[in-house]
Amino acid sequence: MHELSIAGAIVDTATRHADGRPVALVSVRIGPLRQIVPDSLRFYFEIVARGGACENASLTLTQVALLLRCRDCGLEWEPAEPEFRCPRCGHGSVEILTGEELEIDYIEVEEEAACIGPE
Amino acid sequence: MHRTRVRIVEDALDANNTIARANREDFDRAGVRVVNLMSAPGAGKTTLLEATLGDLGGVRAGVLEGDVQGSLDADRITHLHVPVVQLNTGSHFGGECHLDANMVRSALPELPLSELDLLIVENVGNLVCPAEFRIGEDARVMISAVTEGEDKPLKYPLMFRACELVVINKIDLLPHLEYDLDRFHHHLDSVHPGVARMALSARTGEGVEEFAAWLVGVAARAVAHEH
Repeated sequence: MHELSIAGAIVDTATRHADGRPVALVSVRIGPLRQIVPDSLRFYFEIVARGGACENASLTLTQVALLLRCRDCGLEWEPAEPEFRCPRCGHGSVEILTGEELEIDYIEVEEEAACIGPE
Repeated sequence: MHRTRVRIVEDALDANNTIARANREDFDRAGVRVVNLMSAPGAGKTTLLEATLGDLGGVRAGVLEGDVQGSLDADRITHLHVPVVQLNTGSHFGGECHLDANMVRSALPELPLSELDLLIVENVGNLVCPAEFRIGEDARVMISAVTEGEDKPLKYPLMFRACELVVINKIDLLPHLEYDLDRFHHHLDSVHPGVARMALSARTGEGVEEFAAWLVGVAARAVAHEH
């Protein structure tokens, strides 16, 4: 349900960085811990983008895997379930290496061809 | 026309987090500690506040009530004679399902911060979205009622990981439910190993003094912070 707010935040960020240029593409990385529903985000992105720099932008969503590391034994693993306990030593203190992203990675903007030297 | 790639690498919620930090600075300046209280709808957030806010041993508490519509919860708190401010999220597209830092910021002028030690922000009832949005709080608490079932940590891991205290409410109903408290603890420890927790019934009052004491402890963090 928070995809509407997130879509608004993505459009705002992209628009700010576009600096007046039309945005052709917005690339976002999403980790499973952010509980984003991609279809829902796309749906709201289209609505929120209307009338602004992102109006004709396509949205690329790249899923990032959840990767954990045990702070005790150092094991790194990709859990299939939301299990934040080391499967090797049972330690409960784990570090999230990837999987918490909700990151606007880059945008692509349309630019007039720069004028190089006198015609 | 040609395309140029612009590297950004920025969290989508950076703007929210910036406002949350500004809120936090205002709270710090006023010496107010803030608790963000979250749960599914009907888990007992307001009932727990009714059961605890009357007696916090001299801690001056206030409440910020977040709801999509109406002031039913704020009305319930009013008789406790603590300052209550209602914040409705309904002005947005269909009503936001969570409070964000900017909404809380908009309510700050209405809050008598200088007269408070502790502000409890009762978030909109929802197990997904509030976990994403920092509001400038010191502590995040979630309530999980036993009527919701013992598998909820596995279904909503983000929420159960986002809090520092889990309150298990409605334990007076345990005799009537097929709810295995040990299984709940097991699931909770899978998702958030070792997180603090307490079991209580806001309705009967069993165990609520432990939560009241925890709130007093959070308010006391202000003293440690300021001196």
